Amino acid sequence: MALLQISEPGMSAAPHKHNLAVGIDLGTTNSLVATVRSGMSTVLQDEHGHALLPSVVRYLENNGVEVGHDAQAQQSTDPTNTIVSVKRFMGRGLKDIANRAHIPYRFVENTNKESNGMLQIETRVGNKSPVEISAEILKTLRTRAEKALGGELTGAVITVPAYFDEAQRQATKDAARLAGIHVLRLLNEPTAAAVAYGLDNASEGVYVIYDLGGGTFDISVLRLSKGVFEVLATNGDSALGGDDFDHRIFCWILDQIRLKVPNFSPLSEEDTRLLLTKSRQAKEWLTDNYESQITCKLSNGYFVDITLNVSQFNEFTQNLVSKTLNPTRKAIRDAGLSLDEINGVVLVGGATRMPHIRHAVADFFKQEPLTNLDPDKVVALGAAIQANVLAGNRSDKDLLLLDVTPLSLGLETMGGLVEKIIPRNATLPVARAQEFTTFKDGQTAMSFHVLQGERELVSDCRSLAKFELRGIPPMAAGAARIRVTFQIDADGLLSVSAKEQTSGLESHVVVKPSYGLSDEEIGNMLKSSFLAAENDKQARAVREAQVEAARLLESITFAMDQDADKILSPDEKEAIYSQMEALKEIMKSDDSQAINRATEKLNKSTESFAARRMDASVTKALAGQNLDSLEI
Amino acid sequence: MAISLTESAAQRVEKFLANRGKGIGLRLGVKTTGCSGMAYTLEFVDEMQPEDMAFESHGVKVIVDPKSLVYIDGTELDFAKEGLNEGFKFNNPNVKDECGCGESFTV
Repeated sequence: MALLQISEPGMSAAPHKHNLAVGIDLGTTNSLVATVRSGMSTVLQDEHGHALLPSVVRYLENNGVEVGHDAQAQQSTDPTNTIVSVKRFMGRGLKDIANRAHIPYRFVENTNKESNGMLQIETRVGNKSPVEISAEILKTLRTRAEKALGGELTGAVITVPAYFDEAQRQATKDAARLAGIHVLRLLNEPTAAAVAYGLDNASEGVYVIYDLGGGTFDISVLRLSKGVFEVLATNGDSALGGDDFDHRIFCWILDQIRLKVPNFSPLSEEDTRLLLTKSRQAKEWLTDNYESQITCKLSNGYFVDITLNVSQFNEFTQNLVSKTLNPTRKAIRDAGLSLDEINGVVLVGGATRMPHIRHAVADFFKQEPLTNLDPDKVVALGAAIQANVLAGNRSDKDLLLLDVTPLSLGLETMGGLVEKIIPRNATLPVARAQEFTTFKDGQTAMSFHVLQGERELVSDCRSLAKFELRGIPPMAAGAARIRVTFQIDADGLLSVSAKEQTSGLESHVVVKPSYGLSDEEIGNMLKSSFLAAENDKQARAVREAQVEAARLLESITFAMDQDADKILSPDEKEAIYSQMEALKEIMKSDDSQAINRATEKLNKSTESFAARRMDASVTKALAGQNLDSLEI
Repeated sequence: MAISLTESAAQRVEKFLANRGKGIGLRLGVKTTGCSGMAYTLEFVDEMQPEDMAFESHGVKVIVDPKSLVYIDGTELDFAKEGLNEGFKFNNPNVKDECGCGESFTV
């Protein structure tokens, strides 16, 4: 007999038609899967009662794959085939990875065009991309979920950091597809945490999500208005997490040993691992206790027996705590907020269980953070709530949360300028269209260059994709009407299409950008756009003036070649040519006003030439025609 | 006759109701659908209908509409775990035949 869950009134599923939806927190250190059962979001455990699945994948000799605790146990014995923290490489190319010397993997440049230059890792079973490795983690979670729910999954909401760019989001979606999971939506991690606390039920407010995980620290400032979470600012430290606290304890233990045994021999790898485990246990014990006894026997026979108390621990980890406050301060400043405008602070990540972190956060924000949900699970719980809504198990349709674009998206126009089509912080999904036209007479093709960023010049923005529209019917410059539509779906994936309106000719591209942007880069791009606003404005004016001048020169050159000898006197011809030369010279400068003046002057002095050309062509068209045959 | 809950089922229902933050009880019912004729429904109740019948079991209010009651009278609702899966189970004395999965039945 099947096991039933309690539904919302009137929302009972038909037999065999259960919408089994889960939320997945695909983390750097650990991953989780959660679902809503009888109206309650719960994290699903594996057969051994573990909720957290270490995000570790190991490729075995026999082509098998181990994921989770088993893989993690072999991390030091089989380092090159055991991949940890693969999330850091999602959607990244080789040149994006700093400090490669400290990472045990053999990275391979990917020559396959399809993969857009994402790196690969060499393992004993061949080269594996981060997408394939992540898919193994997702497959394990999917199997766990299907066992726990007794059926095939309808879909999943997968969380990603707020600063993930299009390439990283696309890579996450690809990994899910590879794992056979239908992605209902990608959701920003801080947004998921806010949902888990039901903050989306409030009408509006500003919330800070403080996420200190195993190896990464992320701070996000969200504004909720009319049911939409907008990411106001993100910041963090990609090399700061709970593991650093373990390491501090580890170092402290070594110092204590060396105080007693001054020439203590260096630790073996095994002993290092043992002491790190003991350090982690001590850290966890100190969350609820005043002191922790650290005892173990090292391989050289030395017996460790040390007591660590809370105040010692707090003292030598205080600077780690302070290290989280700088990015926090910056994020608040970037968001343009003062502390009293913040309505709530949510703690995420196992490391936020440490009491001195909670105190530091409470002191900083002058309010108690929200802590009643398990900080390891809160992101997955929120994702499950969202998945349940998206799968249609709730009637409240208005609960659909939206995310926003982190940076503006636009197209290159003449002169290397960027025309923004979708502005920054537009809520997703979004579609915007704009009409463009041809620059030259008889132009039959147009190339589109899709860009991301806040700056005015193409060279200062990030190139996402290029595509072409060919076979435009020849027309005079400016006559073709090409409608370019930018569409971003709910997961933040962009597709751009161009359609020539008279002929119906169409071309489009789905943007899978080649490399990712780090949060720092996004931050820098934003910052530079503010700092460079005035320069950008001038640069734009110059480019526009140059484009206009070039356009005029182009059409006058064409007209002169055709008709100058017939219509103009040698003096008139000479006058126009000399002004054209003058304009060409001035164009090279960056004085937009001078260029505009010269353009205007040339335009004026060719007016009578243009008028006479017009008369001549009308006369030519009418010559030999009977008045009756003209349709007027 | 009546409808009842086992103690473990009642505890779960209370927990889920508390988590949901609203609702007066649990509705058991049947729908004429599914491969063997009828299917069970299990829902939270925010509002009682005038014709509804109410029972009390281990402190939980159980609500059934009279049309459903004839098919499930005497049912005991249990909470069970099967491997990683867990959920509610109808022990219905009226059932003559079930479909393979047990999601629908005939009386």
